[in-house]
Amino acid sequence: MSAFLFFVIVIAAIAFYAVSIYNSLVRLRNQVKNAWSQIDVQLKRRHNLIPNLIETVKGYMTHERDTLENITKARSAAVDASSIADKSKAESQLSGALGKFNLVVENYPDLKANQNFLSLQEELTSTENKISFARQSYNDQVLFYNNKIEMFPSNLLAGMYSFIKEEFFEIEIEEEREVPKVKF
Amino acid sequence: MWELIQANRRKSILIFITMGIILILLGYFFGVAFLGTEGGVFGIFIALILWGILSLVSYFSGSKIILSISNAKEVTKEVHPQLFNIVEEMTIAANLPKMPRIFIINDQALNAFATGRKPADSVVAVTAGLLSQLNRDELQGVIAHEISHIVNRDILFMTFAGIMLGAIVIMSEVFLRGYWIGGSSLNRYKNKSSGGGNAQAAIMIASLILAILAPILTRLLYFAISRKREYLADANGARLTRYPEGLASALEKLSQSSFNLRSANKAIAGLYIVNPLKKTGMKISDLSSTHPPISERIKILRSMMHGVNFADYQNSYDKIKGTSETIIPASGLNLSENIAIRSELEPIHNLTKKETQRKLGDIVMNVNKYKFYNCNCGVTIKIPPTYKADKITCPRCGEVNLRD
Repeated sequence: MSAFLFFVIVIAAIAFYAVSIYNSLVRLRNQVKNAWSQIDVQLKRRHNLIPNLIETVKGYMTHERDTLENITKARSAAVDASSIADKSKAESQLSGALGKFNLVVENYPDLKANQNFLSLQEELTSTENKISFARQSYNDQVLFYNNKIEMFPSNLLAGMYSFIKEEFFEIEIEEEREVPKVKF
Repeated sequence: MWELIQANRRKSILIFITMGIILILLGYFFGVAFLGTEGGVFGIFIALILWGILSLVSYFSGSKIILSISNAKEVTKEVHPQLFNIVEEMTIAANLPKMPRIFIINDQALNAFATGRKPADSVVAVTAGLLSQLNRDELQGVIAHEISHIVNRDILFMTFAGIMLGAIVIMSEVFLRGYWIGGSSLNRYKNKSSGGGNAQAAIMIASLILAILAPILTRLLYFAISRKREYLADANGARLTRYPEGLASALEKLSQSSFNLRSANKAIAGLYIVNPLKKTGMKISDLSSTHPPISERIKILRSMMHGVNFADYQNSYDKIKGTSETIIPASGLNLSENIAIRSELEPIHNLTKKETQRKLGDIVMNVNKYKFYNCNCGVTIKIPPTYKADKITCPRCGEVNLRD
């Protein structure tokens, strides 16, 4: 009888442990998904900021029509992009265009005294930061999740319930690896 | 991150158990010393009730009490958009479920703290002085440190450890006072049973020693843990921002500031990013401090040459301290990650004293709901919330502006 009881207790303990591992795998997978959607949220935020920015600077930057047009074009390409590859290409072009814009702004002291522009610029800086932090956080979550999938004993359950390793967010274009420098 | 929190939690539980044993021992010995052998259980009961009441009070009103003591005001995004953006950035980087509420303390001292018992219900508070003197990268470093405290559940832990410490201190204090005042009642026991007299005296002496040593030992334990958690928050902060120099340079400014926080007191000193009570910049490792020496924290952050993962911080820590005490739980060190340091966002632009003062004034007025109005002549008119009239006359050009 006591042997039977012992057996039951051991089985129950193993089951309890397995459930807790399974739950942590699910939690980690959800965090990866959540982190991915956070990147999208921030990219949308950037899209929404741009018309406002263009409207504010249009009057000041009469000589920079090209720069502004590039931003507008890159933005609509990014909004329209559907596949992930297209999206990431369009977004990095948009980042590039905004980076150029930030360099040009240096030549317009009047613009830099404009309160409205300054607050827009802070929003833009912050949005760029948020995008890169969202990517960073996504990679963190993928790292934790992939580690858990590879490590014993959680790898057994991961195999049984087909938890698959996620891909890291890699930036293909070399200039994009550097955080866009924003100067004031 | 989850594993790190778990490792932290396991360690915390060990410390709680140690502190709990000390508390129960105190209760038992005091009970026996005052009431004889059958009083032991009663003593334990009293100790646990004291602890329970303190815990309940602080669990349900913790942040409220702290925020009102520290004179902090909750602010909306309009008051300081940059602060809001930075907190949001760090919330994203740390993958917190919800953005902390933001408070500003109207004080020109440079300090910050985080509070709240769980990540979904947390608060970050910074002083107006901090906002006026730090640039974006530095402020980000400070906020990352505070967010790390939230992620690591340090606030909950330190609050409960503080309560345990408080209960032990109160018990010992009551015992020592009771001993001096009520010494005579103890003699009664001696007379009642002459055989138990020696045992009673031995218990008495043991209790006295315990009453003197227990608070000291618990305090040392508490401070050691508190310092360790400050290091961990620095390490995590550097990892979140990818830029240790931001926090290092902020800490440097904090240590050079000569203003003392008016509302600081002993009970909440441990929460702040730097100790608001001590004159900072000290070199000797002070055993009875809630914070590690600020100069060492700066040195560790600055010697992180290769990257900003946890192992890099640990290596840098070992190098500066010359010891190999583990600050980061193993699960953090084993993460196979390589993170490069990012470049600075904006060049350091030092404001003049006058500019800093003006900026500080503007922040304080903003927090107090002043309205800012730009006159066409370039003057910014700052209107207190009590001013109700529709027309504002510009003090420079005399133009009458209509309020919108």
